[in-house]
Amino acid sequence: MTVDMSQFYEVFFDEAEELLAEAERLLLAIDVANPDNEDLNAIFRAAHSIKGGAATFGFMDMTEITHVLENLLDRIRKHEMALTVEHVDAFLAAKDVLEMELDGHRHGSDVDQEQVAAVKTRLASLTQAEAAADSAPAADTTPAVTPAAPVEASQVSAHVAPAAALPPPADGLTQFNILLPELKEKDIANLQEELGLLGEVAGSKHESGRTLLTLNTDSSESDIVSICSFILNPDDLVITQATADAGPSTAVTAEHAAEHAAEAGDTETASSVKVHEEAGYGLFAEEGKEAVEEGYGFFAPFTPHADAPSSLKIDDNTAAMSQEEIARAVASPVETAAVNKATAVTEKRNPAKPDAGHASAETTSIRVGVEKVDQLINLVGELVITQAMIEQRINALDPIHHEALINSVGQLTRNTRDLQEAVMSIRMMPMDFVFSRFPRMVRDLAGKLGKKVELVTVGAATELDKGLIERIVDPLTHLVRNSVDHGVETPDKRKAANKPEAGKLTLSAAHKGGSIVIEVTDDGAGLNRDKLLAKAKSNGLNVSENMSDNDVYQLIFAPGFSTAEVVTDVSGRGVGMDVVKRNIAAMNGSIEIRSALGYGTTIAISLPLTLAILDGMSVSLGSSVYVIPLNLIVETLQPRAEDMKTVTGEGRMVHVRGEYLPVIALHALFGQETEVSDPTDGVLVLIEAEGKKAALFVDALVGQQQVVIKSLETNFRKIQGVSGATIMGDGSVALILDVPALIQMGQTHNYLTGATSFASKAVQTISKEYTQ
Amino acid sequence: MNMVVEEVEGKASQGGSVAGEFLTFVLGSEAYGLEILKVQEIRGYDAVTQIANTPAFIKGVINLRGKIVPIVDLRVKFKMGKIEYNEFTVVIILNLGGRVVGIVVDGVSDVMQLEESQIRAVPDIVASIDTQYITGLASVGEKMFILVDIEKLMNSQEMELMDSVVMH
Repeated sequence: MTVDMSQFYEVFFDEAEELLAEAERLLLAIDVANPDNEDLNAIFRAAHSIKGGAATFGFMDMTEITHVLENLLDRIRKHEMALTVEHVDAFLAAKDVLEMELDGHRHGSDVDQEQVAAVKTRLASLTQAEAAADSAPAADTTPAVTPAAPVEASQVSAHVAPAAALPPPADGLTQFNILLPELKEKDIANLQEELGLLGEVAGSKHESGRTLLTLNTDSSESDIVSICSFILNPDDLVITQATADAGPSTAVTAEHAAEHAAEAGDTETASSVKVHEEAGYGLFAEEGKEAVEEGYGFFAPFTPHADAPSSLKIDDNTAAMSQEEIARAVASPVETAAVNKATAVTEKRNPAKPDAGHASAETTSIRVGVEKVDQLINLVGELVITQAMIEQRINALDPIHHEALINSVGQLTRNTRDLQEAVMSIRMMPMDFVFSRFPRMVRDLAGKLGKKVELVTVGAATELDKGLIERIVDPLTHLVRNSVDHGVETPDKRKAANKPEAGKLTLSAAHKGGSIVIEVTDDGAGLNRDKLLAKAKSNGLNVSENMSDNDVYQLIFAPGFSTAEVVTDVSGRGVGMDVVKRNIAAMNGSIEIRSALGYGTTIAISLPLTLAILDGMSVSLGSSVYVIPLNLIVETLQPRAEDMKTVTGEGRMVHVRGEYLPVIALHALFGQETEVSDPTDGVLVLIEAEGKKAALFVDALVGQQQVVIKSLETNFRKIQGVSGATIMGDGSVALILDVPALIQMGQTHNYLTGATSFASKAVQTISKEYTQ
Repeated sequence: MNMVVEEVEGKASQGGSVAGEFLTFVLGSEAYGLEILKVQEIRGYDAVTQIANTPAFIKGVINLRGKIVPIVDLRVKFKMGKIEYNEFTVVIILNLGGRVVGIVVDGVSDVMQLEESQIRAVPDIVASIDTQYITGLASVGEKMFILVDIEKLMNSQEMELMDSVVMH
C-alpha cells in the first residue's frame, strides 16, 4: 500500500517556508552576547521541524543541511559553545540554502549545489572548531550544563589517559583516543597509517587487550569514523575526545552513534532514551544507576554487554524521570520526545511528528483563493451601491408615514458599511510582511559596506491591500538600499560629525486619511542641494538655481541620475530611483522627499489603501462627470483673462507663476457639448504626469471623493484618454481620466478646433437623450 | 454556454427539425431574431455615460449591477427606425462568451422555436448589415425574421467594441 505523499507536499512547503521565515526573524533579533534561551530553542525547533518534514517527504538534501544545522544549534542552546556572529551568519546562510532547496522542490527552480556544499562545510567546520575549543573549559567550569560523558566513555578515557603516548595537543588540535575492536595486526597498521594523515598518531595496548590509538588532530570525530569505516565497523569503535587534563570527555554524539547503530541494525548495542527538552537530555546507562537529573548525557552505543539494556529497562529508566517531564515532552512533539528503543531510530527516521505542533496555529487561519475574496469584494461593492440607491429613494418619502421603513434602511446602511469594512479587511495584510525582509537586508548591506546601521520599524501592523503589499516591495527595497548606501555615512564620518557610530534607519507605515504613508528615514548625510544641481547641469537637465528644494530633490528620480562618486554593486548606477517613482505612480501613489543636509533624509510614499480605490477629484463637463486622479493634480485655478495667451491665434496657454502651460480643453478633446467655452468661466486643473504639465479646462469642480476603479476593458475596450470607470453614488457611471494620455493627446490635437475631428459625435447629440 | 451553442448548431447541421430558440426583436419595420442563449436579460433604456472618441452607434456605458457594460444602438448602426429614447426603448443585454454588451432595439416581440425547415438561405442583397452576419431568413406564417449571428456581429471590427480595433 502506498500513500501518495505529494498531496501533502504543499502543506510541508508552506510550513517550512513559515518556519524558515520565523527562524530568520529570530536569528536577526538575537543578541549574540547574551542570547535568549527561548529564542535559541525556537530556532532549534524550527530547524528540527523542517528536518522531520523533509525526511518524511524524502527531500534528503534539506535533511542533510538541517541535520548539521541542528547539531550546531543543539550545542549552542545547551551552552556547550558560545554563540558568535559567525554562527549567526552561517545560520542565515543555511536558511538561504534551505529556502533555495525548498524552492527547488516546489517550483523546480535551480539549486546551486556549490552553495549548498559551501554552507554544509561551513556549518560542519563551525561545529568541529567549537567542539574542540569549547569542550574542555566547558567541562571544567560548568558541569551542570556540560554533557555528562557517557559512562563507558569516561571510564575508558580514565583507563586510557595514562596510556596516551602523545603529548597534550597543541592549540586548535584535539586529542582523540580511539579504542579499536579486536583486529588483525595488519589492519591496525593500515589504520594507524591512514589516521596519520589527519595528524599525529600513536598506538598502545589497552588493558582489555585491544589496541588504543591516540590522535592529535584538527579533524572531527566524523572524519576519523569515516576513515576507520574502511577497515572496521564504526559501531565497534570507541572514540573519546581527550581534554588537556584528560578529564571528562565527550563522545561521538548520540545521534551519530544511534545512527550508526541503526544502520548496522545492531539492536543489541545501542539503546537510549533521548528526551529533548530545555533542561537537556536525561542520561541513561545500562544499569540505570546514573542519576537522572538535570543535564544530559549520551548513551554510548558500544561495548556489548550480556545484560545490555532492553526496551523494558528503558521504560524503567523513563519511569525514573518525573512524570511531568515526560508528559511535557510527549505533549510537545516539536521538542521531540524521541524514545529511541533498541533499534535506535534516530529523529531523522521519525515521521514528521513535529507537524502536530502547528495544528493549533493552522486552525486560526484558512487559505482561500484570491478570486473568491475578490468576488466577495465585488458583490459587497454592488450591495453598497444598491443600498445607496435605496437610501436616495427613501429621502423622497414622507418621514412621518414611513418612519419604520426609514429606520430599517438606516440600519441597513450601518450594516452594509460594517460588512464592506470587514470584507475589505480580508485583503488587507500588515506591513510587517514587507518590513520583515529588511532587517536581514540591512544587516547584510551594512556588513558589506562596513557601516553600522540600526533598523527601526514603526507601524508594522498597519494594514495594506495585498496587491499593493506585493508591489511595494521592490520600490521600498530600492529606497532602503539607497539609504544604507548613500544616506548613512561610514562610522568614522559619523564620529567626525558628532553622531553615534551606528546610523539609524527607520521604516514606518501609518494611515493618513484615506491613504497609507510609508516612510524611509535615515539620519545620514542628507541630500546635498548644490551637488544635485551641479550633477543635473552636467547631465544636461534643465535646472535653475532658484528651484524649490523639493523640485531639486525630485531630481534624484530622473533616469540615469546618480550623485554617487563610486558605483558599488549595491547602488549608484542611477537606475532604480526612476523605476521607484514609476512603480509608485503606477499604484496611484506619490513620493515626497524631505531632507536636511547633515541630518538625514526622509522619503515618504503615499499610497491609496487598495489598488481598486482611487482618490479622485470629480469635475463636470456638460452633463457628464469625470474623475481625475488626485495625485496627478498640482492645483486648480480660475484663470483671469490676462493670464490666457495664444500662439498664432490658436494654441491656448495659461500663465501660472512664470510658467506657460498648454491648455487642454476637455470638451473639445472629447467632443462634448458644454455651455462653458471660455476658460475664465470654467476651471483649469493643472495636471502633471511623466514630468509634463498641462492645464485641463473643465466646466467646474464637483468634489473630491474616493472611487472604486472598474475596468472598461472587461466588456468593452480601451478608450484613449480614459483609464477606467467608476460608479458614482447615484449609480451612474463616471469615466476616470488617463492624465498622461490626455497630455499626450493635447500635444497632438488641435484642442481649440479639435471638435471637428469628432464630427461623428454630432449624430449622437442631435438625438435627445431620454433620462429618467 | 458555447457548448450549448455548438449543440444547437450541431443539430441544425444534422438536418434535425429544431434549429433552436430565438428572441425576435424589431428594428424599424423589420423583424430580427437572435439565439436566445446569447441573451442575458432585457431591460429598459436608462441613462448612459457617453464615451468620447467612439462612433455614434456606441451610446456609452451603463452600470449593470456593478459591471461596466457598453451599449450599442443597432438602429443607429443600421440606420433604421426612428431614433428616440423613451420608456418603451428596450436594451437586450447579451452575454457573448463572457463579454457583456447591451444592444438598443425598437422592441422585443417574442421567443419562438424555429425548425430547420423554416429557415431559408439569404439571397445576395445589399444592406447596411453585411450578409455575412445573417445566418438565414425564417418564415413564420406571413412574417419573415432575419436571423442574425449576433456574436459574430458584435465581435466584428466594424462594431468597434473590441480592443483589436485601431481607432481612426
